[in-house]
Amino acid sequence: MNKCIEGSHAVAETINLCRPKVIAAYPITPQTHIVEDLAKMKANGDGGYEFVRCESEFAAASIILGASASGVRVYSASSSQGLLLMTEVLFTIAGMRLPAVLTCANRAISAPINIWNDQQDAMTLRDSGWIMLFAEDNQEAVDLHIVAYKITEALRIPVMVNMDGFVLTHTFEPVDIPEQKEVDAFLPEYSPEQGQFLDINMPVSLGCFATPADYMNIREELAIDIEASKKFIKTQLGNYKKAFGRGGNALVEYYGAKNPDVIIVAMGSVVGTIKDAADELMEKKKNVGLAKIKCLRPFPKEELVKVLGKTKFAAVLDKSISLGQEGILATEVKAAAQNKLSAKIQSFVVGLGGRDITKDSIKEIFQHVQKRDSGLSFVE
Amino acid sequence: MKINLAVEPGSTMKNKTGNWRTFMPIIDHEKCIACGTCARVCPEGCVFANGEKILQGKVFFEKDLDYCKGCGICAEECPVKCIKMEIEMK
Repeated sequence: MNKCIEGSHAVAETINLCRPKVIAAYPITPQTHIVEDLAKMKANGDGGYEFVRCESEFAAASIILGASASGVRVYSASSSQGLLLMTEVLFTIAGMRLPAVLTCANRAISAPINIWNDQQDAMTLRDSGWIMLFAEDNQEAVDLHIVAYKITEALRIPVMVNMDGFVLTHTFEPVDIPEQKEVDAFLPEYSPEQGQFLDINMPVSLGCFATPADYMNIREELAIDIEASKKFIKTQLGNYKKAFGRGGNALVEYYGAKNPDVIIVAMGSVVGTIKDAADELMEKKKNVGLAKIKCLRPFPKEELVKVLGKTKFAAVLDKSISLGQEGILATEVKAAAQNKLSAKIQSFVVGLGGRDITKDSIKEIFQHVQKRDSGLSFVE
Repeated sequence: MKINLAVEPGSTMKNKTGNWRTFMPIIDHEKCIACGTCARVCPEGCVFANGEKILQGKVFFEKDLDYCKGCGICAEECPVKCIKMEIEMK
């Protein structure tokens, strides 16, 4: 059903449609509205889940870990400092191969304290073993959450769905919220594998100690499984399109001119601004394109190399930075391009702590990337 | 996912942890007065009466070296100092 609705509310309604059994959360701006709405639904008798109000994000993550270990569908959401406080447990959830879905309403990290949007929080969790999806708009955020449950329960790898704080979470947009029976058909009730969850009739220990004889093999398998999950994620995105008529199975979506000289690589809500800027540049006969990264982990190297193809310049936009290096996505793109592409790849850090990214900033980047220098650049 | 991360009960029977040990306790049965202090203070619960009685009705105590980690608390607490901790050659 089409509704003009706030991004957070759209996600909350979608999560309720996915029928989780346990939701544990601690409020933090700009994620608050999501769990606030879920708490309201529960209080009104519309939610079929336990809603656990926790004393911290560390507790929230621990509670969904425990609930997932007991074999039920779980959900949590966080942002910024909250996500960082969850860090230890998020690594554990991934290492224990427990299914979970978490929304990160992307926000800047202290200090200085700042509540506005960038993606430093999620990028810091890049190596945690979670599959990381990034939504361009609220419709995509809704769709990715449903697919996320499908992925996490089949592969037993947790999934983090990222949506830009405020820019998406607090924005009212028309969003098509699927019907309950459509979601039920796509996402049947979760039934964990026998002997792989905490069950009094079949006692097992989860999250055990592993000595040097086993630890490395277990980590290696997780690395291999996450790398291999690309194929499954694509299949499920494709199935979602078949069932709901939206989205597509590309992990790197291309938009723009046929044989571009310049490609802008980005992820999240800034993609919308880039599309508008690219349209205006193309009207002036500029040869520009956009590569939207929908999935940061696993990183879609092959697809990205294919999309970048013969382009001469690639400008990588980051709403985060690895201090002492450059934009994090830029490093990823360069690693993927090594020995495969001849394009000049340059890192542009934009929009930190909620700084506006305008069409003019995108046009400036389009000009700048074609210049000689190749250093890291902060775009005002 | 091929490696099974869920562990069924009883795994400590299979995972012998004694190889973490550097020092090994040696009990001198001549000096031992069979008071049982070593068994009471062992944090791993792996000191036990071996059931053998000698003439005066003394009960000997032994270590389960499959699980003894060589912490040396028994040697420290022994009132007659009949337990010696020696470097174990492996």
